[in-house]
Amino acid sequence: MNREETLIPKIGVITDVRIDTPDIKTFRVVTPDGKKAFDHRPGQCAMLSIPGVGEAMFSITSSPTNEEFMEFSIKKCGCVTEWLHAAEVGQQITIRGPYGNPFPVDDVFAGKNMLFIAGGVGLAPLRSVINYCRHYRDRYGKIDIVYGSRSKEDLLDYKEIIEEWTKDTNVDVHLTIDREQPEWDGHVGFVPNYVKELGFDTDRIAVLCGPPIMIKFTLEGLRSLGFETTQVYTTLELRMKCGVGKCGRCNVGSKYVCKDGPVFRFDEIDELPDEY
Amino acid sequence: MLKCSLDKMNLVFAEIAKANTLYLPTDQNDGSAKFTKWEEGSVWSNALNTVRSPKDFFFPQTEDLMEFKVEGRNIELTDIRKESEDFVIFGVRACDVKSFEILDRVFLVDPVDSFYASRREHGVIVALACTKPSETCFCTTFDIDCTNPAGDISVWKTETELFWQANTEKGEKLLASISALTEDGDVAEVDAQKEKTASIMKKLPLADLTTDGFGAGKTMELFNDPAWDEMSQTCLGCGTCTFVCPTCQCYDIKDFDTGNGIIRYRCWDSCMYSEFTKMAHGNNRLTQKERFRQRFMHKLVYYPENNNGLYSCVGCGRCLAKCPISMNIAKVMKKIGGEKK
Repeated sequence: MNREETLIPKIGVITDVRIDTPDIKTFRVVTPDGKKAFDHRPGQCAMLSIPGVGEAMFSITSSPTNEEFMEFSIKKCGCVTEWLHAAEVGQQITIRGPYGNPFPVDDVFAGKNMLFIAGGVGLAPLRSVINYCRHYRDRYGKIDIVYGSRSKEDLLDYKEIIEEWTKDTNVDVHLTIDREQPEWDGHVGFVPNYVKELGFDTDRIAVLCGPPIMIKFTLEGLRSLGFETTQVYTTLELRMKCGVGKCGRCNVGSKYVCKDGPVFRFDEIDELPDEY
Repeated sequence: MLKCSLDKMNLVFAEIAKANTLYLPTDQNDGSAKFTKWEEGSVWSNALNTVRSPKDFFFPQTEDLMEFKVEGRNIELTDIRKESEDFVIFGVRACDVKSFEILDRVFLVDPVDSFYASRREHGVIVALACTKPSETCFCTTFDIDCTNPAGDISVWKTETELFWQANTEKGEKLLASISALTEDGDVAEVDAQKEKTASIMKKLPLADLTTDGFGAGKTMELFNDPAWDEMSQTCLGCGTCTFVCPTCQCYDIKDFDTGNGIIRYRCWDSCMYSEFTKMAHGNNRLTQKERFRQRFMHKLVYYPENNNGLYSCVGCGRCLAKCPISMNIAKVMKKIGGEKK
C-alpha cells in the first residue's frame, strides 16, 4: 500500500551520547544515511521508539538551524527513557514527526526582547528556541535566560551555556541552584523567587518550561511584575500515543496537546480545565 | 425505489457475496446478535441491533501496524499494510451509520489514518431502517432518523418485502449488481412504515432526552459541576461502555515480541482506565471521577467544540444495556444538563 502514514516511523541512528547530568543524557540522532530525519520548528516534538520497549514523545532540543542532526535531552524516568540511557553510539531507534505547533519565533517573537525561564530538564524544549534566537541574533532584542536546577551537576547544557550563551552579545544568563554547594559561587534559590528578584521589565515575551510547581509560582511572579498572560508562553507535556490528535489521550478540554500544543500562551491555558 | 421479496434474500446475499465479502447480523447461541461473514446457510437476524457496534469493520479492536526485525543494534522496519478488499456490511442501523461519520472526523482529517481510510473506501454500507426501537434507544436526541438511515444503500423491511434505495455511487453499483433480483416498489408502503415507527419513537422513555446544557463552549461551566462526584462514585472503570460504544475511538499502540520479530499493533483503549494517561512522572487524571468526566465531556462538549456542534453519541443505547452499574450517558445528560434547565 502506497500511502502516507504518520504512525510508521523512520529508522534513526544514535551518533552521539552526551552525559549532561546524573539523570539526563543528550542523544544525537540522524538517519542511517547520515541526514536529519526531517525538518522541524523550535518547540516541536518527535516520537522516538525502541521496538519491543515502547514509543514516547520528546521535545527536539536542537535548533532547526542545525542542519546536520537532531538532538534530544532525555531524563531517565520510565521504560523507554531507561532503555535509551543504556543505549550506545551506533544504536538504531525509530523516529517520527515533527509533531505539534512551534513557538511563534518568526512572527510574534520577531523584534521582541526575550525572557526564557527554565527549571531542570525543562530547558530541553527551550534550548531549541534559544539557539534559534541566537542564530538569528539581529532579529530579536535583549535575551535573558533564567535557568535553575537542584544542583550544579543537574544543570543541563552547562558547557554550552558557559562557553557559548554567556559570551553572546546582549544575552544575559542567570543561573541558580536550589541549595548552596562548595564549588558554586552563583545564585542560590528557586527559579520563581529569582525571577522576582531580577525584576524584569514587561517589555518582553516570556517563555517558561519546567516542573508544574515551578511554572505555577513563576507565572505568579511574572504577574506580580506586571506581565500579562498574553505575553507568556509555555509548552505542555501529557501522555501521547499517536501524536496527531486521534488516539484520544493527551486532551485538556477540547485541545489536544500533541496537535493544538504543545506550545500554548497562558491566556489559552486559562481557558482550559485544570487537568494537565 | 426497488424491492425484493424476503424469500429471495438468500439469493441476494449470494449474489452480493460473489464480488464482496458480506457481513450481516446473525443470531448467536446466547441469544445476542453479531455481525458475521455471510456464507451459504447464514440466517439474517431479526434483532434490533448487535451487541458490538460495527465500528470494528473500519477500526478493528486490534490491528497490526508494522513489523520490526531487530539484529544487534540494527532495526529493519517492514510496512505490512495491505489495501483492503471490497466488503459489504448489511443491516447497519441508522445510529451506527451516523457513528461512521463521527469516526471519519477523527481518522480522515489530516493526517489521514491510512489503515482506516483504506477500509472505509472499500466498505459499502447497507443501512436498515428500524421498526421496533427499544426502551434504550434515543437516536432522536441527536437528530438521527432511524426510519431513514443514511449509508450507501438504505433498506426498509416489511412483513414480506425489502425495499432498496441507493444513496451513493457505491450503493448504485451494488444495487445494479443485484438488479435481476429486484423490481420496482411502491414508496407508499415504506412511508407508512416510517410513520408507524416514528410514532413508537415518540412514546419511548428517552424520547424527551435533550442535549440542552451541553455542546461547544460549555467546558468551564460543566467541568466543576458537583454532580460528577456523585455520578462517578459507583463507576467500576471496567470500560465496557467504551468497548460497545460505536463512537469511542481512543486507541493504544503496543509492541508484541513474536519471538521472530516485533509486531507494533494498535488496539482499542479506554479513557475509563486508570493507566490511560499515566506517565513516568505522573498522571493527570488520577481518580475515576476525572476519567468518568472525561468520557462524557468528550462526547458532549469537547467533540462538538471541534466538530461544528456534532455530538459524539448516536443514542444507540448499548451502554445503557451493558453498564454493570447502570450508569450511562442518558443519566448524565439528565442530571448535568436537562434537569437543571
